[in-house]
Amino acid sequence: MNGTETEMAFDTMTLWIVIVGLAIGSFALRFAFIGLVGNRAMPDWLMRHLRYTAVAIIPALVAPLVIWPAPTDGAPSLIHFTAAALTFAVATMTKNVLFAMATGAGSLWGLTYLLG
Amino acid sequence: MTISTAKSAFWKGMRDSAPFILVAGPFGLLFGVLATEAGLNVAEAFSFSLAVFAGAAQFTALQLMQEYTPTLIVLVSALAVNLRVAMYSASLTPYLGDAPLWQRACAAYMTVDQSYALSIIEFERRADWGTRERMAYFFGTNGLVAPFWMAATVTGSLIGAQVPDSLGLDFVLPLAFLAMIGPMLRTRAHVVACFTACAVSLPATLMPFNLGLIVAGLAGMIAGAQAELWFARRSPELEDQE
Repeated sequence: MNGTETEMAFDTMTLWIVIVGLAIGSFALRFAFIGLVGNRAMPDWLMRHLRYTAVAIIPALVAPLVIWPAPTDGAPSLIHFTAAALTFAVATMTKNVLFAMATGAGSLWGLTYLLG
Repeated sequence: MTISTAKSAFWKGMRDSAPFILVAGPFGLLFGVLATEAGLNVAEAFSFSLAVFAGAAQFTALQLMQEYTPTLIVLVSALAVNLRVAMYSASLTPYLGDAPLWQRACAAYMTVDQSYALSIIEFERRADWGTRERMAYFFGTNGLVAPFWMAATVTGSLIGAQVPDSLGLDFVLPLAFLAMIGPMLRTRAHVVACFTACAVSLPATLMPFNLGLIVAGLAGMIAGAQAELWFARRSPELEDQE
């Protein structure tokens, strides 16, 4: 079942554990309140922390990937840093995911062509 | 409360969600392409999108698996990215909580950013709607987007093998994440959470098993929550949380 032509960092078993685990976990998170808790209110402190999960975890994942990019095997790179900074700036200012993505991809390939 | 109003609510949900195809399409495509690059075949990529149905969590898991991260940390991190849907679930409960269990279970599977955002606005506006119309609208918001997301994953996965390595796709995922963060930074507290998490994540990379991600994420969440309280105390009338 797995792609034998590509070198994989994980085996098929691990992949399916992740898929099934995430499927169950995501469903449980979504079903937790609408299905089980009913109309009871959640404690304020919990809601207050839940509000910031995505805006904390995603940047924490991305920051090291920008500072030590995979394409250069982790060597800091002006091209990748600039493309990332532009993407983030456009995303924050326009709040438009697609426009930001186009800017990012465009600047990455443009800069690689000019400087790479 | 008749069949016809429920039907029209479903179609309205579908129409309102149409612009989101422009987001679901490209990102589903990207997930398919990157999944193929990571070594997943078409069936595996499709199963991933079908079973999990949560873009940001799928991208997170894909990235971490390629970094030889222990499976437990992959699961915890990807689910943490998706914790916000628990909040959506809580906030939809007053509107959909009366529906039959099987409908609530289907609604739970379909709770994503776009279905939640569209529905909560519409539910607040339409006081005349009963649970039936609300549920119909909610399913409508996924009527186009969910099939599009799945189809785009398959398409991306089919063309993924043809994409040359020289395109530098291994940096497109970080860019996609950065593009997704922008619209999420709605308040100053969100910004504090974001930059605290970034600052902590760099030294935290020294921790084994990618545990640094969890530590930096928690630091960001605590900073965001504290910042929210702090800003609220300073100017309660400017309270700008969602």
